[in-house]
Amino acid sequence: MLNVALPKGRLGEKVYNLFEQAGYECPSIKENNRKLIFENPEKQIRYFWVKPSDVPIYVERGSADIGVAGKDILLEYSPEVYELLDLKMGKCSMAVAGKKDFIDDNRRPLIVATKFQKIAKQYYGMQDRQIDIVHLNGSIEIAPILNLADVIVDIVETGTTLKENDLKVIDKFLPISARLIANKSSYAFKRELIEKIKESLYQLTKEQL
Amino acid sequence: MFSVLKTKEKIILPLRSVYKKYGYSEYTVNKFEEYDLYAKNKDFLVSGRVITFTDTDGKLLALKPDVTLSIIKNCKNIEGTKKYFYDESVFRVSGGTGAFKEITQAGLECLGKVDDYQIYEVLFLALSSLSCFSKEFVLYLSDLDIVTAIMDKAKLSIEAKNKILNCLSSKSISGVKETCLENGICAEDEKLLVSLIKTNGNYEKVKNVLNSFVVDEKSKIAVERFNKILSLLSATEYGKNIVVDFSVVNDVNYYNGIVFNGFIEGVPTSVLSGGQYDNLMIKMGKNGCAIGFAVYANRLENLFIDKENEKIAYLIYGNDTPLEEIFCAFKKLSQKYNSVKAQTTRPEEDGAVVVDLTKGEKVC
Repeated sequence: MLNVALPKGRLGEKVYNLFEQAGYECPSIKENNRKLIFENPEKQIRYFWVKPSDVPIYVERGSADIGVAGKDILLEYSPEVYELLDLKMGKCSMAVAGKKDFIDDNRRPLIVATKFQKIAKQYYGMQDRQIDIVHLNGSIEIAPILNLADVIVDIVETGTTLKENDLKVIDKFLPISARLIANKSSYAFKRELIEKIKESLYQLTKEQL
Repeated sequence: MFSVLKTKEKIILPLRSVYKKYGYSEYTVNKFEEYDLYAKNKDFLVSGRVITFTDTDGKLLALKPDVTLSIIKNCKNIEGTKKYFYDESVFRVSGGTGAFKEITQAGLECLGKVDDYQIYEVLFLALSSLSCFSKEFVLYLSDLDIVTAIMDKAKLSIEAKNKILNCLSSKSISGVKETCLENGICAEDEKLLVSLIKTNGNYEKVKNVLNSFVVDEKSKIAVERFNKILSLLSATEYGKNIVVDFSVVNDVNYYNGIVFNGFIEGVPTSVLSGGQYDNLMIKMGKNGCAIGFAVYANRLENLFIDKENEKIAYLIYGNDTPLEEIFCAFKKLSQKYNSVKAQTTRPEEDGAVVVDLTKGEKVC
């Protein structure tokens, strides 16, 4: 039985459809209920929905053999997993944004609001810019408006939320997309099946190797 | 048979006997070490953080986060080949909780004159160690000299090399391609790097691919040695347990040559890790070469949970139960169960085996 951790939400549903097209369907997953674990014994596959940021934890600890997680989560938490395929889905960017009239004059440490502390530290570390991080878990966009921070480091998809909150993108510095990840031990013992799934998903996403 | 050994002892004992059989002598280290040793070799440690405290004479000490560094430090004038094994507790930050944790490790170090036979023997002992715990195990082997030769050929900067090593470790083909694009690496070198990621299989399967990694004199020597050792190991009873895979990446500032990780089915992380660390010997001013590995006992503990064997039967007696009756019932019960607990209160756990003498129950 292969255990697959899928991220709850729109991306997860798209990812499941991809698995279904690849021949690893599990019809009960589409039933309208609150169940979180779904199994297709015939295909020897079990899916479970988890919070997107928890997918690497389930995979790293072996509760899931494979899973799908955003590159942002992988960079932030550096889990000990294999990153087998860029699924080219859930595309967005990691960006710095601030108030429309914001200018960084370098006179004091920059106050950065983010839930991606490691990524923000690396980004500003490469520029030798001293920063002070305010860790937030959501609604990051309001931090500059309420003068909690000078800028934010967050994921930008279309930019609509930023625009509606009178913020501008200062720098889009990291492209993000969903990745197929695998537990290292599971890969060692279920390599054939995992590679077969990866190959089918690759054919469907048409990644250029 | 019912075992009175603690789980950690069950793990360590067979390893000790394997290592002793191959002439390794036991090495016991103190729990403390001067902090300076770790400050100078921080990157060698799995986690850079150590528990420190000040000794009565003002010296800054640390609870050992690693055994290898102490063994090398204490080895004076290495002549010939020194072979040591150990089982010790080390104190490291746990990846999951971020808190310090005591970890039991067993392992061995081979120092001094380390020729092809010694490398083969250490790898054979790594395989033997894994076979002590399960039939379903694999040893992933890589050669850092091959990896670094290919990166040198591609003329990668230090930053780009680190990125490539991360991509190798996570088998990220898209990451390698991005790094090559960013650094203007030619298609031929990119192909070699991608080929490193894709390589996975037993010696027979990857033999021809290995030869394609000869890009200069250094890699030629490395591939020849890797071929020789792999062919020897493949001829042993563990041939089917060997997998060549370049995702095994240790810090190239300390490690060189063959590096390896061991996996056991049902354990989500590697349970054994090791490699050649000649670069660490040079850094610590020691002559000779070195190879060794550690087995992480705490990661193996789940394999030893045997609920049936651990089952306790409860013998409940009252204040007025005659002593002979308790003694007799205990004797009969202990013939059927590994552990019998005589007490006056009923256990809280559901489904426990209980013989309640106060209710007139008898041992069948």
